[in-house]
Amino acid sequence: MRTPTPLDIDALLDNRATRVVVCCGAGGVGKTTTAAALALRSAERGRSVVVLTIDPARRLAQSLGLPELTNNPRLVAPTAEIEAAGGQLHAMMLDMRRTFDEMVQAHASPERAAHIIANPFYQAISTSFSGTQEYMAMEKLGQLVAARLWDLVVVDTPPSRSALDFLDAPQRLSSFLDGRMIRLLSAPARAGGRGVRRLVGAGFGLFTRAISTILGGQMLADASAFVQAFDTMFGGFRERATATYELLRAPGTQFVVIATPETDAVREAAYFVDRLATESMPLAGLVLNRTHPVLADLPAARAETVAETVERAGPTGDSTAPDSSGPLAAAVLRLHADRVALAQRERRLLARFRRAHPAVAVVAVPALAVDVHDLPELRRIGRLLAGKRSAVNDPASAPLTGSSAN
Amino acid sequence: MWSDELVRARLHVVTGKGGTGKTTVAAALAVALASGGGRTLLVEVEGRQGIAHLFDIPPLPYQERRIAVAPGGGEVRALAVDAEEALLDYFTMFYNLGFAARTLRRMGAIEFATTLAPGLRDVLLTGKVKEATTRAANGVRTYDAVVLDAPPTGRVVRFLDVTRAMADLAKVGPIHNQSKGVVRLLHSADTAVHVVTLLEDMPVAETLDTVAELDLADLRPGAVLVNRARPSRLPAQSVTAAVNGQVHADRVRAGLLAAGLDLEPAVLDGLVAETVEHALRVDAEHHARARLADAGMPLIELPELTEPGGDGVDLGGIYELAEALRAQGVR
Repeated sequence: MRTPTPLDIDALLDNRATRVVVCCGAGGVGKTTTAAALALRSAERGRSVVVLTIDPARRLAQSLGLPELTNNPRLVAPTAEIEAAGGQLHAMMLDMRRTFDEMVQAHASPERAAHIIANPFYQAISTSFSGTQEYMAMEKLGQLVAARLWDLVVVDTPPSRSALDFLDAPQRLSSFLDGRMIRLLSAPARAGGRGVRRLVGAGFGLFTRAISTILGGQMLADASAFVQAFDTMFGGFRERATATYELLRAPGTQFVVIATPETDAVREAAYFVDRLATESMPLAGLVLNRTHPVLADLPAARAETVAETVERAGPTGDSTAPDSSGPLAAAVLRLHADRVALAQRERRLLARFRRAHPAVAVVAVPALAVDVHDLPELRRIGRLLAGKRSAVNDPASAPLTGSSAN
Repeated sequence: MWSDELVRARLHVVTGKGGTGKTTVAAALAVALASGGGRTLLVEVEGRQGIAHLFDIPPLPYQERRIAVAPGGGEVRALAVDAEEALLDYFTMFYNLGFAARTLRRMGAIEFATTLAPGLRDVLLTGKVKEATTRAANGVRTYDAVVLDAPPTGRVVRFLDVTRAMADLAKVGPIHNQSKGVVRLLHSADTAVHVVTLLEDMPVAETLDTVAELDLADLRPGAVLVNRARPSRLPAQSVTAAVNGQVHADRVRAGLLAAGLDLEPAVLDGLVAETVEHALRVDAEHHARARLADAGMPLIELPELTEPGGDGVDLGGIYELAEALRAQGVR
């Protein structure tokens, strides 16, 4: 296998032209941890950074000094490294409901804002609507960039099944709220309404009747009141979503796609990489989290054979000694063979990705045995992301280029 | 082990944190429950065609079709429920809106209605699941069991809380009536909600949260299905020692030397490092298991599938998992 282009995280973070780093990937691949580790590393390399996390695990949040959901950036107590480098790190967690409320409050008179916020339909979409979280993540990203208080914004993306949701969900939400159906149903007196009615004929009357039979008239009335109030405020959701979307294409924005060495996660990453190319959005590279590089250069077959020998010799060997070294040695060889097999599967998976996407830079981050819950562990991940070995046996760079452990 | 209560359940709802293998486990459960001559239905509701992907077949239509045979003459059928199609069914059945409804669908009106009231979507999906679960011809149930590949842990309780969803909807009419039946089924002993997890911190935490949420919503937690359980290679006392950083390289070396394997120091160090990592994982898994056991639910373990050349789970893997389920009392 050809050696892949390594992803140079430090070059990305040190480049002052990099203003926004977006961490994307399927759910459960370690996006939030990666975002936090990138932010810490760049702060420790002298940048003034804010990281927007979404739904972080409690321990990770605690490690950043975020005891509860806070919708505004908080200063993370500076480490000695941050101080030495003259950097700064802020962190926050997205509160989508509050972001939505603030968006309304910032653009409407107090009475009008209160009116919108009290609307049951607003309450439904601001908390549980599919796409609201993505929309608000983009909204918040826009705010953080516009604030000009930081020279780098690192964003985590919502934990959706598909990485593409981050790009598509805000458009879905806005086209729904801007769409002709909601106008038709909520303001049937409008001219457009008559036009569509002519188009579908009697079906439309039946349809509205059926819909209100199912949903109840109140829902439509609430939706109508909401859309009219919102329309005059923003000139529509779609324009706003489009403006934020453009930010992702702006110079200085870089995407980091994250996956774990599993079929589904890598497939999602591939979809996302293709999509970024279609949208002309710049991809920094792929982070492959939780790999299992082989640490000992011993062929698996050899290990298995010797393990068998040891196991066969076991009972007849020094069985009087309870701490006989035989079983331990056999176990060590067996688990090494397992590990070689696992590393092979992971390499195959990556090789397949690389055949389809040869230009994508990749860095692998070996699995850590424990969950991250403090800054030193986050720093360690940052080092691994940058392809640094932290100890003699550190496997950080081994899995992709290491060729023949089998 | 699978409990007697679970044997009596007819609707098996399978949830789990994303990435835990929920769809694979649901499929294996459908095969296991069909084994020995039964017929089961495997249902998906998220429009992802996960079942088709897993069984390597063309996308499933909104129609039940046979996708696998089970050992001992059983069969598994599958259905991808689509909320829009289900709503069209209603329109056709109750409002005589066949053709016009299809036109409106092209305009996006149906999607509009299901988007406007997220609860409507859930009610339509669970309504179809209920219909299949209770369907009978000549007094004989069509399916011995229905396995639902449900939304992930974060969303599943809201999805199953049909009572709350009904608040979005009109208080009369056919959907309302059917929903009352759905509520009865979901909260009865006929339904069990299983949670798929891995022996890792986050999935275990989400599993425990979900079980608490299910209890609160008066839904019945079924079994915890531990997926991708890996064997511990080390003797128990070595795990403890290794976790405390005490793998005695000398003992490993002695054992290897006795077997005629003389290794370079660097290789030996590598083996020791791998052993420590393995021990830390085994130890973490041990703690995870203990936390799950506290939830007081039946614990079922499914082995990690590591057949050579296999990337992801194939059909053979599903049967292997089904067999593991049978061995732990699933029937």
